[in-house]
Amino acid sequence: MPHYRSLRDFDWTLIALTLALCGVGVLQIFSATHDNPTWHDSWWKQIVWVGVGLVLMWMVTLIDYHNLMSQSTLLYGLSILGLGATFVLGKTVYGARRWIGIGGFHLQVSEFVKLVIVLLVARYLSDRKGDRELEGSDLVKLGGLVAVPLVLVMAQPDLGTSLTYLPILAIGVFLAGLRWKYVIALAVLLAVVLPVGWHFLKDFQRDRLVTFIDPMLDPKGRGYQVIQSKIAVGQGGIWGRGVTRGTQTQLRFLPMAPTDFVFSAFSEEHGFVGVVVVLGLYFLLLMQIIQNAQTAPDRAGLYICMGVAALLLFHLLVNVGMVVGRMPVTGIPLPLMSAGGSNILSIFLMLGLVNNVRLRRFVN
Amino acid sequence: MNPAATGRPVDREQQQTGPLHDDTRIAGGKIAFFQYLSVAVFVFLVIAFWDLQIRNPEFYSEQAFRNSYKALPVLAPRGKILDRDGRVIVDNAPSYSVLLNRQMLKYEHLRQIAEGLGLDYEDLAGRVRRFESRPKYTPVIIKSDLSMADLAFVESHRDPSAFPELELFHSDRRLYPRDGVAAHVIGYVGEVSEQELDSPDFAKFNPGDIVGKFGIERQYNDILTGVDGQRQVMVDSFGRERGVVAYKEAAPGRTLQLTLDLDLQAVAELAMEGKRGAVVALDPRSGELLAMVSRPSFDPNIFAGRIKAAAWKEIVENPYNPLLNRAIQAQLAPGSTFKPIMALAGLETGTIDEDWGVHCSGGASFYGRYFKCHKKGGHGAVSLHKGIAQSCDVYFYNVGNKLGIDNIAKYAEMAGLGRKTGIDLPNEASGVVPSTKWKMRNFRQKWYAGETISVSIGQGATTVTPLQLAHAIGGIATGGVWARPHVVKDGKKVEAERGNLNLENVNRVIYGMWAVVNEGGTATVAHLPGLDVCGKTGTAQLASNDVLKAKKGDRNMKDNAWFVGFAPRQAPEIIVVALFENGEHGPQAAPIVRDVIKAYFDKKARNPARQVALVPLVPQPLALLLRPLATPVGAE
Repeated sequence: MPHYRSLRDFDWTLIALTLALCGVGVLQIFSATHDNPTWHDSWWKQIVWVGVGLVLMWMVTLIDYHNLMSQSTLLYGLSILGLGATFVLGKTVYGARRWIGIGGFHLQVSEFVKLVIVLLVARYLSDRKGDRELEGSDLVKLGGLVAVPLVLVMAQPDLGTSLTYLPILAIGVFLAGLRWKYVIALAVLLAVVLPVGWHFLKDFQRDRLVTFIDPMLDPKGRGYQVIQSKIAVGQGGIWGRGVTRGTQTQLRFLPMAPTDFVFSAFSEEHGFVGVVVVLGLYFLLLMQIIQNAQTAPDRAGLYICMGVAALLLFHLLVNVGMVVGRMPVTGIPLPLMSAGGSNILSIFLMLGLVNNVRLRRFVN
Repeated sequence: MNPAATGRPVDREQQQTGPLHDDTRIAGGKIAFFQYLSVAVFVFLVIAFWDLQIRNPEFYSEQAFRNSYKALPVLAPRGKILDRDGRVIVDNAPSYSVLLNRQMLKYEHLRQIAEGLGLDYEDLAGRVRRFESRPKYTPVIIKSDLSMADLAFVESHRDPSAFPELELFHSDRRLYPRDGVAAHVIGYVGEVSEQELDSPDFAKFNPGDIVGKFGIERQYNDILTGVDGQRQVMVDSFGRERGVVAYKEAAPGRTLQLTLDLDLQAVAELAMEGKRGAVVALDPRSGELLAMVSRPSFDPNIFAGRIKAAAWKEIVENPYNPLLNRAIQAQLAPGSTFKPIMALAGLETGTIDEDWGVHCSGGASFYGRYFKCHKKGGHGAVSLHKGIAQSCDVYFYNVGNKLGIDNIAKYAEMAGLGRKTGIDLPNEASGVVPSTKWKMRNFRQKWYAGETISVSIGQGATTVTPLQLAHAIGGIATGGVWARPHVVKDGKKVEAERGNLNLENVNRVIYGMWAVVNEGGTATVAHLPGLDVCGKTGTAQLASNDVLKAKKGDRNMKDNAWFVGFAPRQAPEIIVVALFENGEHGPQAAPIVRDVIKAYFDKKARNPARQVALVPLVPQPLALLLRPLATPVGAE
């Protein structure tokens, strides 16, 4: 039942917030890289990515999300294939194979898998009839479906990105309802899995966790990033040091200033006031997505929007929490602000899904 | 369900009629829960920022500052040292030093750094340890005057992955004359020691500072030392400089002009080549030091950097102690060079007159002991003039015996012996003038008249430094005016002590000293045609005759040879003392003095400007002699 939908029906508030955040991101990327010869063109590349993202976002809205969901099996299969290809063809950066080169670009497949998991979870949960709570078998099936890409990404190794799949699953399970006995069982399982999982973590991942607990254990080594980030944030003070004036960012004491630690660079140069404004924008964006969930025409739409919201919240918590030393360094980017094509495209695609749901709220 | 009871909008209510499994209401409360969770997350994050940015911004600003700001010393160059004609004796040469930034220092790097820079590990570790009580930002300078290899090592290892604590900086190194020329006058610089830091002279210095250790460098350290500046630079995480934040220029030390004449110094150095001893040349009119040599010498250039333990050991363990400035620190018996003072004392006290004489048969007995004259056959009839010219010991034994020790001491002290001359060089020795009081004070014993006999010929307890001797005889030569010796040309009025001497008596003594050189005396070798050189030889025993017999053949026990000479006789402009250790006979030292005096007058003749300035002081015969030399033939 394709029928014309007015551009007017798009969630313009959501798009305005998104573009505002992207704008702040571009500004910060410029500030952090303007005199860095290897990165100096990253700010306009980011603008191009945002442009491409907007187009993709619009394209995603063209196909009804129900149709997208019905293709989720195919998309899931492609995801597993892509992740497998990353293993074989992947480019090794910082000791991990996360990117595959496609026509001069480096694509991070794991970023796009988020989208597939959103659709997959929404489809599985909305296909269930009735209001009954999830059964153990549902948990195992759904958990298993998410676990396959999760393990593949974790093995790249990219713990941070693999963990971003969990909040999508979690919010879905939470919304669908879960019996207390399963909640307890999951808690027990987690208590067992964590120590065992520790055993399987790569050395640098363990170090990250250890230095998260006490960065000063090795201030010049692994704790360096956290310490430098905290210094950058701290010296920003109330008003910040001004664009291109933050010494931590400009003198490159702050690692990965345009990417994972972009918010640290921003905090140094714009201070607490800037931080509150930008976090406020993110909060409004999050609420706008939730509002779209509340007005979704059906449960599938609800699951999609809430999956995106949960993912966004998780990203914010982990990335911004890392910047202020309250979360371990997991190497996940800040949505919309961090420099990087895959990150921008995947978040725009997800916001496209949210718009997709919105555009179809007046069903019948 | 009653719509009114649930309060839901009607359109929602209608959805109830749709398929049961698509009822989105199940999520209402859960979405609210998620919203609260979101609020909690944001509050959590904002609190974290509050903590860093509002509660502790100073702490983090300080950390950021320490990250990116580095203070590098800009060492002030020391003042140059010039000779009396403005020629550079001590200069500075650009060089590099390397320091350890203690904020970045990792102790486990020290061994490799020591190896790379050719330093002793223990030395380096010790140096770093000494800095432990100082603030972290105070760097440790670990090596100065880097070689090309050192520079290459530092440049290739100062990146963050190797030894980021290494830091190069520009610093001038001291450039001294080679071969130890004037080394003892000029001295050398070195790193301030801990003992020095405790003394008030060095109160303003910090560990690691370079200060004067010896000679002029030590004496005038405050004038020569400039005020160090500082460069505050911003560095990036790779340690590269990204800009200068603040620059405090260094104020260089002041230039010091000495009274030393490099030409005379060079002649004196050459004359002492291969010998041990000292040469002092003074202008007796002003007390200006014209030349000062002490041998063996050392090369101050090896001290100019931070001296290596091995080089230091070699100097310290040399049995002849090259670091001793013999010109002001060797306290030796003056021997017969003491006789002019004896003669003057005799005449001034009226104990003797010009014609009073003795018969020398090669020795004489006093107080039951036989004292030999240096001339075995004896001098026969000896009066004052012959006594000085031939240096007759028997004559002066008798003079001394008549004078008594305290009269001798009085005139020796008038001539400045037994106390420091006050020259502006550190660690001058004062020598000894024995007297009854002196013996009582030092030995709690009475003076025995027999002891006076040895003192009469400059032996016994009497000791002088070469400078003291030049000062003493120079004062007599100028008619009883003793100008305080000094090395720095500061334009201050000449300080002088006046003894109220009878000039007739002075002339009689000087006439005797003239005869020493010009009338078949003991030092005719010092004769310079046309120049009225006056002088006195001295052969000083190092121990009593008995001891000497026991140690016969020991080179180090051979007599010291002295010669003190001045010229011209009527209005002396230069007095030179040469001490030739173990030179055996006084005449051995005379050529050294002669060469220096000759060089002085040769130079004066060559240099019309100086000649004009000094002409009024030159006695007539000498001026006549100089004219044809000074004026080019074509200009006649």
